[in-house]
Amino acid sequence: MMLLVENLQKAFDGFVAVSDAQLRVEKGEVVAVIGPNGAGKTTLFNLITGQLEADSGRIIFKDENLVGMPPHEICRRGISRSFQIVNIFSRLTVFENVRVAVMSYNKSTFNLFSRAKDIAVSETEDILKSVGLFGKAGRISGSLSHGDQKVLEMAVALGNRPELLILDEPTAGMSPEETRNTLELMKLLSRDRGITILFCEHDMELVFSVANRIMVMQHGRTIIQGEPDAVRNDSQVQEAYLGGSDEGT
Amino acid sequence: MSDNRSAWKALAPWLAVFVLLLFAPRFLPRFHVYLFGLIFTTGLLAVSLNLVLGLGGMYQFHHAVFYGIGAYTVAIVITKTALSPWIGFLLAPVVSALLSLAIGLICVRLSKLYFGMLQISLGSLVWAVVFRWYSFTGGDDGIHGISVPDIISSTDGAYYFSLILTAICLILMQRIVNSPFGMSFQAVRDNPVRSEAVGINVKRLQLTGMVISGAFAGIAGSMFVVIEGSVFPELMFWTLSLEIIIMCLLGGWFTFLGPMLGAAIIVLLRTFVGIYTEYWTIILGVVLMLLILFLPQGVLGYFLEKFNRSGMKPVQEEK
Repeated sequence: MMLLVENLQKAFDGFVAVSDAQLRVEKGEVVAVIGPNGAGKTTLFNLITGQLEADSGRIIFKDENLVGMPPHEICRRGISRSFQIVNIFSRLTVFENVRVAVMSYNKSTFNLFSRAKDIAVSETEDILKSVGLFGKAGRISGSLSHGDQKVLEMAVALGNRPELLILDEPTAGMSPEETRNTLELMKLLSRDRGITILFCEHDMELVFSVANRIMVMQHGRTIIQGEPDAVRNDSQVQEAYLGGSDEGT
Repeated sequence: MSDNRSAWKALAPWLAVFVLLLFAPRFLPRFHVYLFGLIFTTGLLAVSLNLVLGLGGMYQFHHAVFYGIGAYTVAIVITKTALSPWIGFLLAPVVSALLSLAIGLICVRLSKLYFGMLQISLGSLVWAVVFRWYSFTGGDDGIHGISVPDIISSTDGAYYFSLILTAICLILMQRIVNSPFGMSFQAVRDNPVRSEAVGINVKRLQLTGMVISGAFAGIAGSMFVVIEGSVFPELMFWTLSLEIIIMCLLGGWFTFLGPMLGAAIIVLLRTFVGIYTEYWTIILGVVLMLLILFLPQGVLGYFLEKFNRSGMKPVQEEK
């Protein structure tokens, strides 16, 4: 078991965003979290990677409880993430964006007197090549198209060489072609690099074509986690998506 | 490699400026030599502030405290102890760095404006102690007639002392700006949330930045003692901190040397306009208003942009 989330709960000023989340991710799996808008998917991810602290429950990653740990510590333990709303270093170049993460992984963040220019160059180039952004390495990242920024989101997360990669709606706002490329990239990362992937997504076609297992959330609660077929045929899931009161996109 | 050649090409004008400055005392009147020393000192102070303000995006609102403590360290070692004066110069950056660490440990938990406001109050506390502790710091009179070692006591000696120290500090700071630390510091400035998510300990990074910046301010403080031969509590009063921030904005706080230029402008304004009117700050106010309206990037930032180099980031400054 790589990641185990049990009875996780988080409330904001009385509003319960996540009331009872359960999640299991095995090493090497691609796991999707789906659910209507407002089901608590992003909050769940923020809890796992430490941007938010859980009120109760456990998040066990490789036999260690992550609850209460700051984000940078969690990252150091092998979990990286991308954000739903583009969250990059918009004034730095594409190359520098990824290098910040690689330098952090290499523990050279506090190196005062080497030239950053000479550090982490080949690792950064490899990542940019693998996601297809190498040709735009010198561009200021804030000037990229939205689709490219979403790809850069993922590239920055890869800079930390994660064992578990968490992607929050990796294809949101992408063109169909960009979505296809991202899907291919996720498959590649999983198959060739053995990275375990946890993601949430509204595009059901994408979810069912890449995920080994799917967890469904509604009203902050996990209703089921299982194989794609089992989830597709589950009556509660059909209820949530077809008859649910807070049906989203 | 051509990389090496372009590095030399970039370095050449700076070397020329340095050599020119080395010979400056031979043909400049004494008062101008003194002014240059003052500009280096104030400029180094402003560049050191910009390390946290421009590069790190931290609201370091009371930088003068670290400058003043550096100056007082030298003054007290020379006048109150039997130690070699040089020990004072070595201690100045250390004491300033320690004070930065102490104030930083308390402030760095807060973000943005709250960080700056708490820093002003803690810094003012230090100022108040210095202002009242007559037996040790000379209180509001300060300490005067500090006899620095002979070699740096003349106008020329003080000039060379400040020139060489400034050059060394600028080279060190330039390296820090371009180091992995400097790059990470910029990343934290642009996006602290993402920085944490990629494994950077943001608070520790900011604290380190403060300590480094404070140490350089301490060195600037020690240079002030050599040039003026005295210290007084105004060196760490909050209005001076404001003035240093203005220097950074004036010169261009997204450039490496902009604050040096801003310091030069302010020192010259005060000296030459100050001769005609004690209300020289009115001129400064007008200059600032024009600046905000027409050159929001600061003077150097404007010129870098005009010559098609990005003035947004200090690292690209010396390409």
